Amino acid sequence: MFFDQQKSVMAFLQHFALLLALIIVFSTSCKAVTLEVGSVEVGYNDSSKSSATEDTSTSINGSTDGHAPSVISTLPIVTWKWHHIETPYLVALWILTCWLCKLVCELNHNVTSVIPESGLLIILGFILGGIIWGADKAQTFKLIPTNFFYYLLPQIILDASYCMPNKLFFSNLGAILIHAIIGTCWNAATVGTALWACYEGGAMGTLNIGPLQFLLFGALISAVDPVAVIAVFEEVHVNEVLYILVFGESLLNDGVTVVLYNVFDAFVALGGPRIDAAEIFKGIFSFVVVAFGGSFLGIGFAILLSLLTRCTKHIQIIEAGFVFVVGYLAYLTAEMLSLSAILSITFCGICCQKYVNANMDEKSVTTVRHAMKLLANGSETMIFLFLGVTAIDTEIWVWNTGFILLTLLFVFIYRIIGTFLFTWMLNKFRLVPIEVIDQVVMSYGGLRGAVAYGLAALLDEDKIPEKNLMISTTLIVVYFTVILQGITMKPLVQWLKVKRAAHSDLKLIEKLNNRAFDHILAAVEDICGRIGDNWWTRGWNRFEENYISWLLMKPKARKNRDYLFSIFHKLNLEDAINYVSEGERQGSLAFSRSDEAANVDFKKQFGSEFADVMPNIMVDMSNYELGIEHFSVTSIVKDTIPSVSLDIHGQDRKNAMDDINAHHLLQQHLYRSRKHHRHKYSRSHFSINQNEDEVQEIFQRTMRSRLESFKSTKMGVNPAKKITKHHKKELTHKMPNGHPDGTGHLYGDEVDIAVGSETGAINSTFMRDTYTVGAGIENPVFLPDMDSPTHSPPWLMETEAVAPSQRAQRRLPWTPNRLRRLAPMRISTCSTDSFLMADVSLTLEEHEEHSQTDHVEMRPVFD
Amino acid sequence: MGSTSSTLLKIPNVEVLMQETGFSPAHIIRLHDRFKALDKEGRGHLCPQDFGAIKELAMNPIGDRIIGAFFSPGKETVDFHTFVKILAHFRPVDKDRPKEPNSPEPINSRSNKLKFAFQLYDQDKDGKISRDELLKVLRSMLGMQVTEEQLESIADRTIQEADLDRDEAISFEEFRKSLEKVNIDHKMSIRFLR
Repeated sequence: MFFDQQKSVMAFLQHFALLLALIIVFSTSCKAVTLEVGSVEVGYNDSSKSSATEDTSTSINGSTDGHAPSVISTLPIVTWKWHHIETPYLVALWILTCWLCKLVCELNHNVTSVIPESGLLIILGFILGGIIWGADKAQTFKLIPTNFFYYLLPQIILDASYCMPNKLFFSNLGAILIHAIIGTCWNAATVGTALWACYEGGAMGTLNIGPLQFLLFGALISAVDPVAVIAVFEEVHVNEVLYILVFGESLLNDGVTVVLYNVFDAFVALGGPRIDAAEIFKGIFSFVVVAFGGSFLGIGFAILLSLLTRCTKHIQIIEAGFVFVVGYLAYLTAEMLSLSAILSITFCGICCQKYVNANMDEKSVTTVRHAMKLLANGSETMIFLFLGVTAIDTEIWVWNTGFILLTLLFVFIYRIIGTFLFTWMLNKFRLVPIEVIDQVVMSYGGLRGAVAYGLAALLDEDKIPEKNLMISTTLIVVYFTVILQGITMKPLVQWLKVKRAAHSDLKLIEKLNNRAFDHILAAVEDICGRIGDNWWTRGWNRFEENYISWLLMKPKARKNRDYLFSIFHKLNLEDAINYVSEGERQGSLAFSRSDEAANVDFKKQFGSEFADVMPNIMVDMSNYELGIEHFSVTSIVKDTIPSVSLDIHGQDRKNAMDDINAHHLLQQHLYRSRKHHRHKYSRSHFSINQNEDEVQEIFQRTMRSRLESFKSTKMGVNPAKKITKHHKKELTHKMPNGHPDGTGHLYGDEVDIAVGSETGAINSTFMRDTYTVGAGIENPVFLPDMDSPTHSPPWLMETEAVAPSQRAQRRLPWTPNRLRRLAPMRISTCSTDSFLMADVSLTLEEHEEHSQTDHVEMRPVFD
Repeated sequence: MGSTSSTLLKIPNVEVLMQETGFSPAHIIRLHDRFKALDKEGRGHLCPQDFGAIKELAMNPIGDRIIGAFFSPGKETVDFHTFVKILAHFRPVDKDRPKEPNSPEPINSRSNKLKFAFQLYDQDKDGKISRDELLKVLRSMLGMQVTEEQLESIADRTIQEADLDRDEAISFEEFRKSLEKVNIDHKMSIRFLR
């Protein structure tokens, strides 16, 4: 089995490699053709390429319309228009290639469990780069900083911040900020100075680098990359505090690094001799302004976004897009104002998530989540792959053993020293100190990634003559950290026995007590008369609830959002889903009523299997007698369906026919919408007038089944009597759906057509069945006439059953399109029949009050 | 630091208190100052009204329960020793302190913290959280945001989650078990009491 699988995987890999080679050869040969045709290669302009996520070395300049000869001798049938589509085509092709590579990476889980995906992608990138190198003899595709910073990075940062667990983040904000700001400055300063000291000591031979350039290099190499870190830590599942520390640090650290880089870059441009105390002070001031300005700009955009989503009710289809557009604008605006773009988009995502999620439609929230993951994951894949592809290039490789090895060493060592130093300081103030083991993992998790490379590639060769050395060193650091540290991270975490994330089931009692603990702590702080963390938390919560939510949230979203209740709701939904899927797996899911309204009885007669699905419930229930324990889902179900009982054991005692029973009942009573409604295309709505139809149809069926049962009892009196109905033959007349047309079917004369026309397919099946009273689906939406655990229809009991009129007994008026006229609005005009009147009012009553006045339970009997 | 020792000397049995609670002298002094500030009439003990005067506490949905926790049954007052001992529940657990093998369980141990939380629910002190008791807490904490029926079903579900012996109530043992995965040391500790 295993070998089979492996064989097929191997076969697939071979095919895939072939395909990749074909794609690349194709794209390069396309280019070759066009070059021959006469376009002029204008060489590199790596900063002006705009629309591409990755760069092509050929410039489109001058060749966009040069391929078609201006003078033609004959009419061409088709022409080769490579240059028209070259850039977008290559982009699309590369995206496809990258994602196919990810597919290959994920094929074998034995590999990904050892080597993290990011490392694998880089290695695949080496291979691809090699193929391109072989074809072109030069690296034509590489990661260009502009593309990286404008088209690949924003969505990753936005995704990370939008999905940030806010509470955890803000409760550890102090530690995160210390590590991100001071830690980064520490790394930059120490690595830079140590390298410079070694250079002065003669460890690197002769290089044309001054102390400022070393500091600049130190700044760019200290960018701990969130992309790489998340990619690795997601697979390791460390405990949440450690996770948020590493994750939050790497996210904010990027912003800080870029700011720091810019400051040092300006210093380098200024030149050593002209730097005095005032300039240094200005540099520090600029650092603060850029970092905090970017953050505040992001918060501003978050407010804007939240306000926007307050009023997007009527454009639900595109409201999800606002998150992306406004987020991207936050990034670009910050870039325009030379504030920190990364910090801007980070804080935009973190701050808006709560309000946006509350304001938008649930479907839009899901859309945002999925689209964001798609974009982030997609560009992450491309980044890593291109980090690999970029490496296969002789131009950038400058080897200086001393410089490279010392950089690796210092980056590693100063990260460890910094982490321990700052954590030691933090632990003096933290309630729960960060453990030594966690500190080890934190310092080991300092993976460098594409941000560092992007910054290195941005260096100006005029100012920094050793740019290529810096790029190659950065690449080596990236490969070293992502691949080697990435691979060893998991064993390290296991070996150190780092506290893993406890995967626990959601429990109401835990959430309840957490809430209680918060109150207790706040109260005790009050009693102690000290202003502590809880005081701040509570003060903020109150402020947020009273003012911010009021401003940024829809009034509708503000209500009904108690956290505990939503947990409760979620748990119940989970149970219901489990219940249904388990029931379906078992092949028997019979619904029935019980006396107590609105109870779901989770006692399963197939206890053992079900215990897997809902252990905590089963433990409690396993010893119970039938039907003793009910737990109510009143609150959820109440609004829509007043009385549903999902009761299995009650039926299973009776006979073995329940599967079929349930099947037929479902088929009979569930709404099946007509096909042609499904095919309507609309750009702004998903489903049109389906709802109205559904209600109508349900109403009609309800009426019909009522009348059927009524008729049967009228005629035969015995409820268990066969009701064999007219079927098939009457499929003569198709009604235009949803349109009670004016052609007018006469009042009671079209019994047969009625049965056939509205629900043709279903009817032909279920009409052959017979019905007994006593079991089955009882859902008032579908079946209005129900009650009776006593198993007898209301008119047999001496209750206030409706006596049919003479006319009703003579001609049963059950044409669906007639019945439609019985809808509340139309009663007065159309129906003069007292029976129908009474009938409708009964039905309405049930719909409105969710009462259970009269019930007929129906089930087929097979004899 | 002369004032420190002189304040300490005014408190009777301060050594025993420090031994039992693990508070440092600085903590004791701070709490003593607070105690005196709350005890406006200088009687040397506090009564529920003194706690009620704390404005923020009055707004706390379970504030009266927490006040109630300071008063042992039948007593109308709380003296400084009891006051400190109650607050000692919220001292973070210190791992560095060597454990003496035969010393009694410290007040800030996990199970004592849990006991404190448990008794806030268990107002009739029968060792069990009944459905009604839980419902009352829920009502005060969730307030107007959910309907009574929803509250009841939440209470039912909560009890059912924890209830192992199926007596429709949560005993302390069940309470402790159901919160096994919660980091109580973290959740029931206040930083400045360390």
